[in-house]
Amino acid sequence: MNASFRQLTVVSGKGGTGKTTCLGSFAAIAHDKVLADCDVDAANLYQLLNPTVIDSGDFMGAQIAVRDEQACKRHGECERVCRFDAITVDAVDELACEGCGFCTIVCPEKALHMEQVACGTWYQAKTDYGPLAYARLLPGAESSGRLVTMVRQKAEDIALLQGKQLILIDGAPGIGCVATAAIADVDMALVVTEPSLSGIHDMERVADLIRHFGVPMTVIVNKADINADNTRRIRQYCAQRGVEVLAELPYDESVTAAMAHGVPLVEYQDGPVAQGIRKAWSSIEQMLGV
Amino acid sequence: MSVDPNGQLTIAIAAGKGGTGKTLVATSLAIAIDAHYPGCAQIIDCDVEEPNAHLLMQPELTAQAPVEVLVPEVDLDTCTRCGACARACQFSAIAVIRQAVLTFHGLCAGCGACAYVCPVDAITEVTRRVGTVKSGSAGEIDFVTGTLNVGDQRATPVTKAVKDRIRDDLITILDAPPGTACPMQETVEGSDYCILVTEPTPFGLSNLQDAVETCRRIGVPCGVIINRDGSGNDGVERYCAQEGIEVLLRVPQDRRIAEAYSRGETLVATMPQWRDELATVYYHITDMVAAQATGEGVS
Repeated sequence: MNASFRQLTVVSGKGGTGKTTCLGSFAAIAHDKVLADCDVDAANLYQLLNPTVIDSGDFMGAQIAVRDEQACKRHGECERVCRFDAITVDAVDELACEGCGFCTIVCPEKALHMEQVACGTWYQAKTDYGPLAYARLLPGAESSGRLVTMVRQKAEDIALLQGKQLILIDGAPGIGCVATAAIADVDMALVVTEPSLSGIHDMERVADLIRHFGVPMTVIVNKADINADNTRRIRQYCAQRGVEVLAELPYDESVTAAMAHGVPLVEYQDGPVAQGIRKAWSSIEQMLGV
Repeated sequence: MSVDPNGQLTIAIAAGKGGTGKTLVATSLAIAIDAHYPGCAQIIDCDVEEPNAHLLMQPELTAQAPVEVLVPEVDLDTCTRCGACARACQFSAIAVIRQAVLTFHGLCAGCGACAYVCPVDAITEVTRRVGTVKSGSAGEIDFVTGTLNVGDQRATPVTKAVKDRIRDDLITILDAPPGTACPMQETVEGSDYCILVTEPTPFGLSNLQDAVETCRRIGVPCGVIINRDGSGNDGVERYCAQEGIEVLLRVPQDRRIAEAYSRGETLVATMPQWRDELATVYYHITDMVAAQATGEGVS
């Protein structure tokens, strides 16, 4: 926790429940904030905000084993110790290589060494809605919680430098390293869910993860009217755990239209969904004290 | 590249973007294949972070096995605090700080280098459970699902464990996780074909482009199913036309589908007409994979 700014992460467990729709709208409503797109292997928030890049750089991610074919005497020690089936005397499988370097240790000819590979690019940008940090993972590159941590660090640098009071983070679906790195050490995790059996199942798992990190949690139920029984179940689940449901948004096909137009929903329409998001935002402001 | 070159097809269902309908397609495709070839279909839920296929298939799960990884355990009486293990470890999963030896199991890749380099053999590798694989059947469909423990971040060992259950004698559908990073690649790699399910929005398109690039890089041919067709714009159609990627099927935007999905119903249970449509997609993929295998080439 940092005294000079507060951080909100939006996650969901299940993908496609409306994280970026909510966060894109918060970006349009909130004052004095920095934005961070931390869904690094399917980044979308930045596309909604039409960023102008100010600074960027390579993200050097995992290492892979590289062999000097001249020096190699085909002993095969590397192949015997590698637990990831990533190396044979003939070839290194770059996708399978975990970067552990065990092969470099056992090679009697010292014919193997590790090299870092660029896995993606980080960006600092300005947008009409405020400064933005984001990243793009190269297709086929290794995912990395570390890239998320780097984007968050860039956002924090901007917040400190420009005296911003808030960082809004768009997280990834799932509960693995990419989602986890966006949840650790924030002031609030907002779970955007939907009243489907999958939505509930996945919300419960990400809620366990959020609790594991001791982060306060809130919920928005999107498409709440597609299944009233399940929405009631979500309400009960939250009530039992003292989690506030900030808004229940109705199913509305114009949400997709706003996305297709590439503008935050609250700037595209002012129907029940937009109003619900505004209401949720005023609750968040109060809870975070911004 | 096939997982089972002499056996039946393995088809992965993936998407860059989450929530586009992977599980909706995967479950109904398995049911459609089973309807045409009773007892010949298998579905494996490879989204081990957030598995959902069981919610739609309601399988009877009859077997369960832990997924374990190896992590170091240090015998502090034998250890001389020389630090060789920490120097060998590329993941900062073991550290020697004065008299203390710290291990961070969440960071450990289980490579075994630390135990190998220890000059006094103070390190033993012990198993640590990171997830569970469950298997059984839904009707005649063979069903496998994996679950990563909450708090564990590395999905790969669990994904590998569920893929170890791919049966050569069955037509296998792999329900992949979202994104294009390791968990998705681990799932798609080795499949005969990958169906990318997308939605006709700029987000759907952007994530689809990354997914196509990823499939190309790992050498798996792919085609597209557009879900919620008619809801956004024509960007996905134009991209597919430009790139010569086949649009295999279009499922319209329909609130009834969303409602049925929310209740845990499959697409074909709600709208049986999709069963034949999906079977046709399967036959078409079979033809394309066969044509490629005989060197006629497929776009």
